[in-house]
Amino acid sequence: MMRFLLLFSRQGKMRLQKWFMPLTEREKKKVMRDMMMLVLARPPRSSNFLQWRDLKIVYKRYASLYFCAALEEHDNELLALEVLHRYVELLDKYFGNVCELDIIFNFEKAYFILDEFLMGGEVLETSKIAVGVSMEEADTLQETMEEYMSKPAY
Amino acid sequence: MSPSIPLQEMIRAIRSARTQCEERGVIQRECAAIRAQFRQADNGARSHNLAKLLYVHMLGYPAHFGQMECVRMIASPRYSEKRVGYLGAMMLLDEKQDASLLITNSIKNDLSHSNQYVQSLALCTLACMGSAEMCRDLAPEIDRLLRASNSYIKKKAALCAVHIVRKVHELGELFAPAARSLLTEKNHGVLHGAVVLITELCERNPEALERFRKTVPDLVQIMKGLVISGYSPEHDVAGISDPFLQVRILRLLRILGRHSETASDAMNDLLAQVATNTDSTKTVGNAVLYETVLTVLDIKSESGLRVLAVNILGRFLLNNDRNIRYIAMMSLQKIVGTDHNAVQRHRGTIVDCLKDHDASVKRRALELSLALVSASNIRSMMKELLLFLSSCPPELRAQTASGIFNAAERYAPSQRWHIDTILHVLTTAGGDVRDETVPNLIQLITNTSELHCYTVHKLYRALLTDISQQPLVQVACWCIGEYGDLLLKGECQETEPAQVTEDDVLDSLETVLQSHMSAPATRGFALTATMKLSTRITDNVDRIRSIVSIYGSCIDVELQQRAVEYNALFKKYDHMRAAVLERMPVIEKNSLGQTNGESAVEAIKAVQPATVKQGEPPLPLQPANQVCDLLDLLGGSEEPLQPSSVQSGTASGLPINNSSTAGGDLLDLLGGFEPTPAAPAPAVTVYEKDGVNLTLLCEKHSDSGLTVTLTASNSNDSDISSFTLQAAVPKSVQLHMKAPSGDFLPARGAAKVTQMVVLNNPNKVNLKMRVRISYTSQGSACQDTVQIDSFPGL
Repeated sequence: MMRFLLLFSRQGKMRLQKWFMPLTEREKKKVMRDMMMLVLARPPRSSNFLQWRDLKIVYKRYASLYFCAALEEHDNELLALEVLHRYVELLDKYFGNVCELDIIFNFEKAYFILDEFLMGGEVLETSKIAVGVSMEEADTLQETMEEYMSKPAY
Repeated sequence: MSPSIPLQEMIRAIRSARTQCEERGVIQRECAAIRAQFRQADNGARSHNLAKLLYVHMLGYPAHFGQMECVRMIASPRYSEKRVGYLGAMMLLDEKQDASLLITNSIKNDLSHSNQYVQSLALCTLACMGSAEMCRDLAPEIDRLLRASNSYIKKKAALCAVHIVRKVHELGELFAPAARSLLTEKNHGVLHGAVVLITELCERNPEALERFRKTVPDLVQIMKGLVISGYSPEHDVAGISDPFLQVRILRLLRILGRHSETASDAMNDLLAQVATNTDSTKTVGNAVLYETVLTVLDIKSESGLRVLAVNILGRFLLNNDRNIRYIAMMSLQKIVGTDHNAVQRHRGTIVDCLKDHDASVKRRALELSLALVSASNIRSMMKELLLFLSSCPPELRAQTASGIFNAAERYAPSQRWHIDTILHVLTTAGGDVRDETVPNLIQLITNTSELHCYTVHKLYRALLTDISQQPLVQVACWCIGEYGDLLLKGECQETEPAQVTEDDVLDSLETVLQSHMSAPATRGFALTATMKLSTRITDNVDRIRSIVSIYGSCIDVELQQRAVEYNALFKKYDHMRAAVLERMPVIEKNSLGQTNGESAVEAIKAVQPATVKQGEPPLPLQPANQVCDLLDLLGGSEEPLQPSSVQSGTASGLPINNSSTAGGDLLDLLGGFEPTPAAPAPAVTVYEKDGVNLTLLCEKHSDSGLTVTLTASNSNDSDISSFTLQAAVPKSVQLHMKAPSGDFLPARGAAKVTQMVVLNNPNKVNLKMRVRISYTSQGSACQDTVQIDSFPGL
C-alpha cells in the first residue's frame, strides 16, 4: 500500500499532500521536510528509487513539480512509477494541458481526481476513461444541486 | 471587517506577497474573516471559506478551528458543501482527533444515500481516516454495499473493506464470502478491488489463505484473459492490458502458491507465458515482468521456470534504464542465498555496476558483490572492491571496508595476500575502519611469523609516506617496536629490503610522537614501540632514554604515566628490561563469546600497548601489576616469565584481578600447565541431588600440590541461578579457590559451571574436603553440603 503521496515544487512549496496512514501534524511536517531534502538533493540522472527508513520512496519530476510516493516492502516500484504517470495523465485530461498553476488554483479538484483514482493507498480505478467520467458527473451534480438550492424554496 | 474574497483571489494575494511576513499578514486576515464567517449562520459561501482554510492549511499554517466546520458541512444536504466538508475531514481530522467520531453518523447516513456520488464521498473518507471504532460500527454497511450495488460503489466498498480489515483484523471473516463472489465481476475496477481485498485477507489469516487457494484457477483464467486479449482502449498502457490488475493478480498468486505444490503447479504455465510474452521495452512491461519474476522465485516453481526468472533479472541488469538495474539488483540480493550459482553467472555485470554514477545503484551493487565473494573468485573480486573503495562515496566507505575485511578473513588464499589486503584498506580508508581492526590485524601479524620481516618493511614504508591514517600508524608502530631488529637487519626475502639505520627508525617514531595529527592512542603506541626498541637496537639506547624521559613531563596524563614507568624500567629495573620487552608470543584468537572467567590462567600482558577503550582497566595498572608479578616470580622461581596464553586486546573486560591473586596465579601458571581440564583421571560424581550433579577431577601437579576441578550441571527443567561452591579442608592443607566459570546453570544440562580449587598438602595429611553448594532454583534458595573423602588420581 502507498503510505503517502506528496507533490512539491522545486522551491520546496507543498502543492498536494495525501496521507494514507494516521500521523500527527508534527510527524507529517517532519516527513515532508525529509522528503524534500532527500528528493531535491538528487542529481539529475539518478534512479527514481530511494530507501528511507523502512519505506521505498519513488519519485518523478514532471516540469516543475516533484511527485513523491512512499511504498511498503512488498510493493512494486516500477508499477508505482506507472501510478504516478497515470495520475499526471488524469490531471492533464481534466485540466487540459495541466501546469503547476492549475494545481495551485484548483487544488480541491486535484484532490477529487486523486480520490477517484486511489483509495486507502491502493489503485481504485484502472481505466483512464472511467475516472474522467466520474469527475464530470460529480461536477455536474455540484452545479445542479447549487442551482437547485439557489432557487427560492417557498 | 473586510469582506472575504473568493478562493482564487486569496491564492493570488498570498502568492504575490513578497516576503514571509507579508504572506503571514494576508493569511492572518483571511483566517480571521473565515472564523467570523464560520460563526455566522448558513450562507452560500461556506464551501468557499472551508476551501480557503484548506489551502492555508496546506501551506503549513494552523487550521484546527475548521474541524467543527467540516463536521457541519458534511451534514449539509448540499453536494458541493458535502464534497468540501469530506475533503476537509480527510485533511484536518484523523483518527487521533476527537472530532472525527462526530462524523460517524453522517457517514452512516451518507452510505445509504440515493446518490452514488454522495455514497462514494462517505466511502472514500472512511477508507482514508476511519478509526477502528468507526470501522467496527460501519462494517455491516460496507458488507451490504459489497454485495448489492453498482460497480462504481462496489469497487469503492472493496477498498474500504481493505482499510477496515487493516484496522480491525477480526472483521476479515465478515468480508471473505463477498470477496469471493466479486471475482466473477467483469468490471476491472471491481476485480482489482476484489484482488486487493483477498490479498489482505490471505496475508492476515492462514485459514483464509487455505480457503482462497481454491480461487487460483479463476485467477489464472482472468490473467490469461488479460494477457491474450486484444487491444482495449480503456485499459491499455503501452500495449499491456491493465498492468495494475495484472500485477495485483500476480502478487496474489505469489501468496497463494508460496507453500503449496498444487497451487504452484496450477500457475506454472501462466507464469511461463507471461514471462515470455510480455513486451519489455517500456517500464510498464518491465513492471509486470518484475512481479512475475518475484512470484516465480517465491513459489514452488519448477527449475526451468526459475532459471528463466533469473535470466530475466540478468537481462534487467544490462538494461540502459537505471531503475531497472536497481530493481534487478534488489531482487538478486534476495535470492543470492538460495540460488547462489544462478546469481554468480551475472557477477561480471554486477561488478560493473559498482562503477555506476548513481548512489543507489552503487549501494546495491556493493551489497550484492560482497554476497557473491567466494573462495574461487576472491582475488578478482577483491581487486574490484579495492578499486571501488578508493573512489566510493564516503557514506559507503565503512560498509565496504568491513565487507572487505570479512571476505578477506573467510577466503584469504594466503597470509601474505591477507596482510596486503588489510594494509591496502588501511592506506585508502583508514579513517573509516572499525576499532577492532587494529588488534585483529596485530593478532594476524603475530600469527604469521614467516612474514614478520616482510610486514615490518611494508609498514615502515607506509609510515614514511603518510602518518595521517591512525589505524595504520598504530599497527605500524607496534610492528616496528616488535620486529625492529628484522627491519634493521636489512635482508628480506619477500620484498626489496631498504637500508634502514637505527636513527631512521627512531626518527620515524619520533615524528609520529610529535605530529599533531596523531591521536593520543597512537602516540601511546609510538612511545611503547620506542621503548621496546631499546632491547633490539644497540647504538642509540641513550636516544631512547632521552625521548622517554622527555615525555615524563608530558601534559597528556596517559603518555606521562607510560614515560614515567619506562623511566623506572631504565633506572631501577634495568636488569629486567630485556625480559620485560621480549618478543610477544603468538596471540590466540579470542572469540567474542569467551568470558574471562573461563580461563584458568589470568593473562599478564607484557607491556602490551592496548588501545584505550572505555571500560578497559587503565594502563598504569599493568606495569605495576607486572612488577608485582615479577617480584612474586622472583620469589618463586628463576624462570623468566612466559605466559602460556595471552588474551588479545579485544578482551576489554579483562579483570586485572588484584595483584594479590596474581601471585597465586603465577604459581598455578608454573605448576598447573594444563589450563583446560582434559585430565587423564576420570571424573567422579560426588554429589547428585535434585537434578544438580557435581563431578570431581583431580590432578597432581607437584609433590604436595593438587588441582581439583569441580564441574556442576543441572538436569532439571528449570534454570538454576546464583550457583556457588564453598570448600573447606583440614587445617594444614592450603586451599585456594579460583574464580568459577559462572554461576548460572541452564536447564537440561545445556551448560556447565567449573570451579578449580588448588590444594597444597605439605604435611601429607589425609585429604578431605567439605563442599557447600548453594543456589537458587525456581525462586527458592537451596543449600547442601557434601563431604569428599577420596580423591581419585591422588
